[in-house]
Amino acid sequence: MKPASLEYVRPRSMEEALAVLSDETANAKIFAGGQSLGPMLNLRLTRPAKLVDIRHIPELKAVRADARLCSIGATFTHAELEDGAIEDFTRGLLPYVARGIAYRAVRNRGTVGGSLAHADPAADWVSTMAAIDATIVIRGQAGERRVPAQQFLAGAFTTELGDTELLTAVELPRFSAAARWGYYKVCRKTGEFAKAIGLAIQDPKIGLFRILAGSPEGRPALLTRSAETLATRGAEHAARDAREEIEEVLPNLAPAHRQQLIAAVQRSLGQILLVEAA
Amino acid sequence: MLEVAFLRSPVAHAIIRERRKPTGFESSVVFNEDMEGVSPITTRSSIPGYKVSDYPALAADRVRFVGEIVAMCLAANRAAAEDLCELVEIEYDELDPIVTCAAGRSPGVKPLHEEWADNLFLRTSLDQGIDDVIANAPVVVELELSTARQVMHPMEGKGLVAWWDHRAGQLVVQTSTQVPHLIRIGLAECLGIPQAIIRVAAPDVGGGFGYKCMLMPEEVAVAWLAYTRKGAFRWIEDRREHLTAGANARQHEYKIKAYADNRGRFLGLDAEVAIDCGAYSVWPFSACLEAAQAGGNLPGPYDLQAYRCSTFSVATNKPPFAPYRGVARPGVCFAIELTIDAIAKAVGREAWEVRLENLVAASAMPYTNITKKFYDSGDYPASLLQVKQMIGFERIRSEPRRDAKGRYLGVGFATYTEQSAHGTKVFAQWGLPLVPGFDQAHVKLTPDGALEVKAGIHTIGQGLETTLAQIAHEQTRVPLKDIRVTLGDTANTPFSTGAYASRGIVMTGGAVSVAAEIVAGRIKSIAAHLLQVRAEDVSFRDGGIFAGEASVSYEDVGRAWYMRPDQLPDAVDRGGLEATGAYKPQVDTGVFSYASHAAYVAVDAETGLVEILDYAICEDCGTMVNPMIVDGQTIGGAAQGVGTALFEESPYDDNGQPLASTLIDYLLPGPTELPRFRITHMETPSPFSAHGLKGVGEGGAIAPAGALVNAINDALTPLNAAVREIPATPERILAAIAAAKPTLGNVA
Ligand SMILES: Cc1cc2nc3c(=O)[nH]c(=O)nc-3n(C[C@H](O)[C@H](O)[C@H](O)COP(=O)(O)OP(=O)(O)OC[C@H]3O[C@@H](n4cnc5c(N)ncnc54)[C@H](O)[C@@H]3O)c2cc1C
Repeated sequence: MKPASLEYVRPRSMEEALAVLSDETANAKIFAGGQSLGPMLNLRLTRPAKLVDIRHIPELKAVRADARLCSIGATFTHAELEDGAIEDFTRGLLPYVARGIAYRAVRNRGTVGGSLAHADPAADWVSTMAAIDATIVIRGQAGERRVPAQQFLAGAFTTELGDTELLTAVELPRFSAAARWGYYKVCRKTGEFAKAIGLAIQDPKIGLFRILAGSPEGRPALLTRSAETLATRGAEHAARDAREEIEEVLPNLAPAHRQQLIAAVQRSLGQILLVEAA
Repeated sequence: MLEVAFLRSPVAHAIIRERRKPTGFESSVVFNEDMEGVSPITTRSSIPGYKVSDYPALAADRVRFVGEIVAMCLAANRAAAEDLCELVEIEYDELDPIVTCAAGRSPGVKPLHEEWADNLFLRTSLDQGIDDVIANAPVVVELELSTARQVMHPMEGKGLVAWWDHRAGQLVVQTSTQVPHLIRIGLAECLGIPQAIIRVAAPDVGGGFGYKCMLMPEEVAVAWLAYTRKGAFRWIEDRREHLTAGANARQHEYKIKAYADNRGRFLGLDAEVAIDCGAYSVWPFSACLEAAQAGGNLPGPYDLQAYRCSTFSVATNKPPFAPYRGVARPGVCFAIELTIDAIAKAVGREAWEVRLENLVAASAMPYTNITKKFYDSGDYPASLLQVKQMIGFERIRSEPRRDAKGRYLGVGFATYTEQSAHGTKVFAQWGLPLVPGFDQAHVKLTPDGALEVKAGIHTIGQGLETTLAQIAHEQTRVPLKDIRVTLGDTANTPFSTGAYASRGIVMTGGAVSVAAEIVAGRIKSIAAHLLQVRAEDVSFRDGGIFAGEASVSYEDVGRAWYMRPDQLPDAVDRGGLEATGAYKPQVDTGVFSYASHAAYVAVDAETGLVEILDYAICEDCGTMVNPMIVDGQTIGGAAQGVGTALFEESPYDDNGQPLASTLIDYLLPGPTELPRFRITHMETPSPFSAHGLKGVGEGGAIAPAGALVNAINDALTPLNAAVREIPATPERILAAIAAAKPTLGNVA
């Protein structure tokens, strides 16, 4: 379990990185935290000729925010979000999610961008960004483009990203003081990938009502009808609708797994109810 | 030194049609045919009907499991050796694999080893008379149970360095093993060279659990390299090799019919056990040890008068089955403990009451059970009552069955006996090629008055350095800080079959006690001479040797013997200040430790997740040499038992591909998944062993699956569901709940 021989480069700017990546003969691969790529290299499941370490590019560690939108650079680590290294735009949601990812040693290195680009459907950020209605910012030599997080993931381990492109940042809406959210991850042990994720967000001030069911089986499912119920009739009714909607939109799941998803979503809504009751 | 990487079979069952080495690397790639004169690992057994499997270090014309070695590649480092593996071309003609016990037992199946008449390593049947019971018992319960294939996961995997020592003219093999003296025997047999030119040492083992008590093909292959090429070679197992090719264990299937009276008193047990043995027999413990232990231990700590059991050791296209901490007993304990609970349910009583009613009573000790196990001492019912008290059974029963989060609460028990330090007769009965007899230890007072203890057993994390020093101290009173223990090196320790079967403290502890007692006597007589008194007038005290107020030090005694013999009388004992002692207990059938475990769990019926709320253990391993080490052994074993109960599973697909090839797929319990094990001790010295010692190395691992699944099933009682397969994963729990009801309704 040792990687095949490869070259390692450490660009200092986005331009430099993109230049290396754009050489299609180079067989280069971006290396961020290495927490997914490292094992894949060791198992020789991927065999790039060149690793492009993007952790030393200042633009990828930038935060930009205004009253409405905030942008987080791709190489922020899970641990940095957990520790509140950047302003809390989401009223505690991002730090909460970060804390539940893997173990601290993995969080110290693993990055938000790496997690999204790797596109494991069970990953916490994949579901979270889709649920928040975040936008993924992508740069190639041709310029910049933006893709809604829910569309970014084409399926398990496949995304909109081209081989020569960089995921540079994630843009999120700034939650208002009225925002409530619930996040429920079903997993068997601390630090394990989720078996099921339930996420519910209601922020009437900015008009954000989203409910999401995240599963290792594929792209997370946005429960739009239940979200409407959440907006119009509240979390308790939404929890009832969610069961039906999950059965409808994910008909092929194994019954036990569907049961876990329903529980996760209902419990995330339950958390909203609890906050409201307090 | 060159690094070795093994090219392993990607298919479960195939004939090797052709193999080609990359040009220019003919000597850096080794195939089976290159290892001329090397014999396969062959484990014979004297049990009638047992079938021998030849297990070559590198596959000959066939592969029988994914991960079986087909070539050995050498390079300056591991990465380069793995590069080389990729260049080797092997062509396989695939055959249908056998991946389940059922398939391996089906009538028409082609045996995995061509010369066999059927596909079983062994079939045993034991019938102690049960027909009357079957005809008359008022209560019958039937259960089908199964336990998953597991992988052992010591903290460090296997690894070895072998080199030719030109000066000594000796093959030196430093290998991570529990049994260095056995490995020397095994290597000599396979390589066809004298044992005297082999030295096997295990400087630091990094945990074993049974994985490291057998001769591995990698050991044979790398030792062969060092011997034939007169150089140094190294192989370090990685986690993927460990998971897919190495330490397989635990996979059992049970069909049980239990007969009882209306109070739940056991009248008889009729069982069939199938063991998924993998493709080859390991050496020396064989492919039939598991079945022998399963059939012999299934009756557990209970007073049973009628018993019938057949076992099937089935050959499958999986890695060889190895003896893992507890050998068969975690499986049989799970089986019998679930049976007891099922009987309790059938007669409408609490499971602990039925358990209590069936346990062998203290007044019956020593007790010979239906499979001729000699339970030497103890009070099994008292341990059960103790954990019932500790877990707060009465309080739990007086409280609601669901907690504030809606989870179902349950409490479960398991009681077991742990045959430890099994002796000569037991191993001979199991037909093993290697039978342990007396264990030996060497004790020596050094010229400066310190004590050296040497034994051929090994320490694999169980603290033998400490406990053997304590025993030597007990006899000689040499201060503990001055006692040095050396283990596990064939060059400088007396023979021992090694560390397995919870035998260390009893066997080697006994031998150290004997040797130290001899040396203590000699110390006393030299001291007496120096003090001008009779030997019976001196005593050990305060780190010295005293006669009244006059004293000499251990150093004075050492100096006199080694450096100032002019001070000694002519009649001094020529044995000097060193002695080799040998020991085995008065009874040859092992001494029986035992324990009861109680678990309190919360089961989330929507997600299938289980939280262990509390866990209580009451154990009795006879005299405790070191209570902290007893706790450590108990906690470590119980942690592995939680893995067996809830997490660990190495599944195979229909093609015989292992599905858990990394630790993402193979879940081990971590600190946050483990409860705080609350332990109390009872201390019933064995009447039949030195100092009343009994083994404690494996026990912790035996009971958790039984206790936890009984607790889960107790919790699920209101849903009328029961889990019969481990690990009790969320999927299995949800499936059990679904099976108990027409549909998955909303339980919230
Ligand atoms: C033991 C363990 C437990 C884990 N548990 C969880 C968990 O519970 N939940 C969870 O969500 N995750 C979990 N993970 C995964 C972890 O979060 C990783 O950090 C994450 O999947 C990858 O991030 P990385 O920065 O390490 O990316 P890398 O491993 O460096 O890269 C991953 C992939 O993304 C590409 N890539 C990386 N950055 C970019 C970029 N900016 N633009 C384009 N492509 C890029 C790489 O080329 C590579 O293909 C776990 C990992 C481990 C080792």
